[in-house]
Amino acid sequence: MISLRSRRARERLSLVLLYPPLILGAVTMLLPFVWMVTTSLKTLPEVFASSLALPATPMWDNYAEVFRQTAFGHCFLNTLFIALVRTAGVLVTSSMAAYAFSRLRFPGRDPLFLLYLGTMMLPGQVTMIPNFILMRELNWIDTYWALTVPLMFSAFGTFLLRQFFLTIPLSLEDAAVIDGCSPWGVFRHVIIPLSGPPLTTLAVFNFLGAWNDFMWPLIMTHSERLWVLNVGLSYFQEMYFTNWPLLMAGATMALLPVLIIYIAAQKYFVESITLTGIKG
Amino acid sequence: MTTSTSITHSRRFSPRQRREWAWAAFFIAPSLIGFAAFVLFPVISSLGLSTLRWNLISPPNFVGIQNYAQILHDPFFWRVTGNTAYYTAGTVPLGVALSLALALALKRHLPGRIFLRTAYFMPVVSSTVAVALVWRWIYNTDFGLLNVVLHWLGIPPVGWLTTTTWAMPAVILMSVWKNLGYSMVIFLAGLQAIPRTYYDAASVDGASGWQQFWRITLPLLSPTTFFVAVMSVISSFQVFGQIYMMTGGGPAYATATIVFHIYQQAFESFRMGYASAMAWVLFAVIFIFTLLQMRYQRKWVYYD
Repeated sequence: MISLRSRRARERLSLVLLYPPLILGAVTMLLPFVWMVTTSLKTLPEVFASSLALPATPMWDNYAEVFRQTAFGHCFLNTLFIALVRTAGVLVTSSMAAYAFSRLRFPGRDPLFLLYLGTMMLPGQVTMIPNFILMRELNWIDTYWALTVPLMFSAFGTFLLRQFFLTIPLSLEDAAVIDGCSPWGVFRHVIIPLSGPPLTTLAVFNFLGAWNDFMWPLIMTHSERLWVLNVGLSYFQEMYFTNWPLLMAGATMALLPVLIIYIAAQKYFVESITLTGIKG
Repeated sequence: MTTSTSITHSRRFSPRQRREWAWAAFFIAPSLIGFAAFVLFPVISSLGLSTLRWNLISPPNFVGIQNYAQILHDPFFWRVTGNTAYYTAGTVPLGVALSLALALALKRHLPGRIFLRTAYFMPVVSSTVAVALVWRWIYNTDFGLLNVVLHWLGIPPVGWLTTTTWAMPAVILMSVWKNLGYSMVIFLAGLQAIPRTYYDAASVDGASGWQQFWRITLPLLSPTTFFVAVMSVISSFQVFGQIYMMTGGGPAYATATIVFHIYQQAFESFRMGYASAMAWVLFAVIFIFTLLQMRYQRKWVYYD
């Protein structure tokens, strides 16, 4: 009894000791975001007069100015379009391949799957240069093709879904097979409806990866018309070198969609990130 | 095909089996075509590329392993390797220690735990390019948040991104901030896998919290710790976005890393062969760490 009480007291003490550094840490983590937003709402003289003070009146017009002065709107739509196409592509190709790897028998299945697994270890830099040359040969540089098609396949996605499909009991498919369902019917009407959570996780993971991708779109595009947000930001940084309110308004708008989805669907974000950890 | 071969065929493989193959081909084709075209073929051609001297304009020259030999004798390569090692040595131990401490604190059912976790994880989902832009502003010598705060404390302004001494530490600090939440979440998953009963038994035996940490948590968490450390090392070797955005490799190449160097060689100097060879050297280093991870993962995992 006594030991229980002292244990509880000790826990309360550790709470008191834990909270201040934890909250201080969280504030430090959030501070860059807060400062980004406050800077984005100031006038340029205000920023240079006192960079910490809050703006006298919030300059919402800075956000409109970003659209007026840069191709931001275009970059935004490009990013959204490319992220959606890439995600849809990965979901279709990975789930179909995962079905073949987990349910169908064909010669060379297991070595092929190992080959898929093996490529997950390759750093992107190894394939980037030959892919750049390939895109150049195909005349795809500076087109939407280069920004989407090579990235609609995922060895990791195939692996992730195959592992999940293997956990779906075969008995669930038997009824469909007896009813004369083709493999496509089983895939479409049994496997896919049961795979909502892993498909969502994979979708979130890929959308996030596509939204935040930088190096590939950087080397694939020259014209403003095809810039994604990250590439746009890297050029705006040079063009509006000291116009920090404008740059911070751009950064805020580039981050906002992902942060909103993250806060709304946190579970899937954390899950998708943890899964990439588990894959090793 | 003659009738006799098609008969032997159908004897060896039943129509049912062949139908299954056809279905398998249908299901796997979209993925396999892409995989072959944009992964397998590039990997193989990258090996070939690394034996060429080629600027994409004049015809390629075969130079054998000369690119690799040149890398090893290139003082600039050793410079960027040194910088990458500095970056890794700065980010990995700090990141692992901080994220482990955070995970231990957030493991308990503290009120407000969800908010804290959300805050710590926010930089992970953010675009590196966008937050690097924000950090560039934080590190601004005259008006940046960091120097303004230091000014209050009576410390004179530091040229965070403009001096060779401070540029790398500044990039390291930003990267630790960016990736902390990732390792924290992996640690939290690892901590959840440790059976509660061990702690209960230890408590009954009168073990203090400190003893429980050293005797139960740390040893049982070691596979996770090792995993986080190796993954952090691997991703540190590939750092690019924040370097490109914040310092452009400068000042005076103080923050130029291996991948930044590969990028410049390939897409600014158009030395395709040389850059490909360097990508393979990077792969070799990463591969060693991956093997270490796989080997020790088995050794370090405790199953009961």
